[in-house]
Amino acid sequence: MSDKPEKFIDENGLRLDGRKLDQIRDVNIEVGVLARADGSCYLEFGNNKVIAAVYGPREVHPRHQQESTRAIVRYKYNMASFSVEDRKRPGPDRRSTEISKVSREALEDQVFTEYFPKSAIDIFVEVLQADAGTRTAALNAASVALADAGIPMRGLVSACAFGKVDDTLVVDLNKDEDNYGQADVPIAMTPDGKITLLQMDGHLTPEELKTGLEMAQEGCRQVYEVQRQALMDHYAKMQGETAEETEAPSVEDVVSDEEKVASEDVSTVTEEVEEKVIGESVKEEPEVKEAIPIEEDEENEVDGETDEEPDVEEDDFHE
Amino acid sequence: MNKQVVSIIQRDQLIRLMLKGERLDGRKPEETRTISIETGVIDKAEGSARVEIGDTKIIAGVKIQPGTPFPDTPDVGVIITSMELIPLASPEFESGPPREKAIELARVTDRGIRESGAIDLKKLCITEGEQVWMVFIDIHVLDDGGNLMDAASLGAIAALLTAKIPGERYGIGEDMPLPMRDIPVSVTAVDIGGGILFDPSIEEERVADCKLTVISNQEGAIAGMQKSGNGSLTVDQINHIVEVSCKKGQEIREKFLEI
Repeated sequence: MSDKPEKFIDENGLRLDGRKLDQIRDVNIEVGVLARADGSCYLEFGNNKVIAAVYGPREVHPRHQQESTRAIVRYKYNMASFSVEDRKRPGPDRRSTEISKVSREALEDQVFTEYFPKSAIDIFVEVLQADAGTRTAALNAASVALADAGIPMRGLVSACAFGKVDDTLVVDLNKDEDNYGQADVPIAMTPDGKITLLQMDGHLTPEELKTGLEMAQEGCRQVYEVQRQALMDHYAKMQGETAEETEAPSVEDVVSDEEKVASEDVSTVTEEVEEKVIGESVKEEPEVKEAIPIEEDEENEVDGETDEEPDVEEDDFHE
Repeated sequence: MNKQVVSIIQRDQLIRLMLKGERLDGRKPEETRTISIETGVIDKAEGSARVEIGDTKIIAGVKIQPGTPFPDTPDVGVIITSMELIPLASPEFESGPPREKAIELARVTDRGIRESGAIDLKKLCITEGEQVWMVFIDIHVLDDGGNLMDAASLGAIAALLTAKIPGERYGIGEDMPLPMRDIPVSVTAVDIGGGILFDPSIEEERVADCKLTVISNQEGAIAGMQKSGNGSLTVDQINHIVEVSCKKGQEIREKFLEI
């Protein structure tokens, strides 16, 4: 471990790592990095490297934890033994238990848990490399992973810390500032500015807290932009990929299957309309082709609900 | 916030009262319950205190014994704080190793004492790198009537203030009081539907969206904070809680803890 620096802020008002007082470290986010998780995210916050996975909504084990009116949210923060200078003993400890608790509480109200009664939403965050501010980095990653899992949320949660070094308030502490600074205050915030996580240790006057909270909120807003952009980029990329796929034969098969079903069993009026629309969309708008058949499907179901649909299904089985 | 079922009538009643600035037990929003502190209740412990806040009861014991320091801090003493939510204190507590609620309470109590510099840990060093005094603070909840956080930290500091280092028993110098430098006091408030209530009772805790604990020191600065529970707080709410908590902390300190 390095020794305490003599000064944290140089004569130009810059910090030891060259940042300005109100400047956060670089945030890099990659969405959807794990194939098996329902949602996932790799995030770097300065030298912190964390990876988050979300599973669910899924069945609750053990069953007695299940809630009849809403989903339960579980959050596991775990530090890899190699993530810190002196090897960390693997497994949960008091610190990680507390972090898991407050992080879960920072996220839970943002999730529409009432949509998924009797189920569990599990969030796992692994800290691969720790360099001050792992709980904020983990929360930022978890929030993006939740969105990637398609879990309906009121908003993304963004987290960032502020602290005090050399009697000066700084945002997003680095390792030395964290180890030898006078205060450390991690916060998490919703897009509308409500604080969902707040912890503090050290020494601060109430006035310093007031100013610091504003600085950290600005930090959170910057993190939020990166989170949002990462998610949008990810879905733009996915959309691009599906658009490419629509030109491949596999989707054509799906379309022709539908045509077949329609032409064989459904009344002629719907059949003609469907054929027409699908045919047009193939020629003119390959990118939105995905959306149109789905809409048609829904219409079909509504149409068929009265008397035709059951027949269709029966016939299908006999074939 | 709490798994215990709250009756809808009670919840509505609480919120209705709150809109009028009243509470179930007749207190004002910022009013704390009666506090009583009795120290030296356990002779075998080096320091002890029994704290009651309303009908919340806890007992804190301090044991001090020599031990080896942590390798990264060879010249300072060690504080270890634990919290036991034993099943006799509430139908919600179960026996077994501490779970997250107990761990959080213990860690926040510990943070207040550590970060305010309440104990001069350098003076607990016996031989650098070999032997230091280890201070174990153990808090047992006897009756959970709400606001365990403030009761725990009050119990811890009261026990520490009266604790004696047992030098003679271990043949390391004379008995002496712990080198105390500051007296941190924790004050907790809950947010119920946007209204802030200080020193929540168990009913209020069950209904609350979230709570915020503020630990202030002798000079009125903040030494620790913890938000707990699912809800969120606005910055204005936080600043309000901090302001009142620091003031209340000072009152409690003057009344009960100044030596």
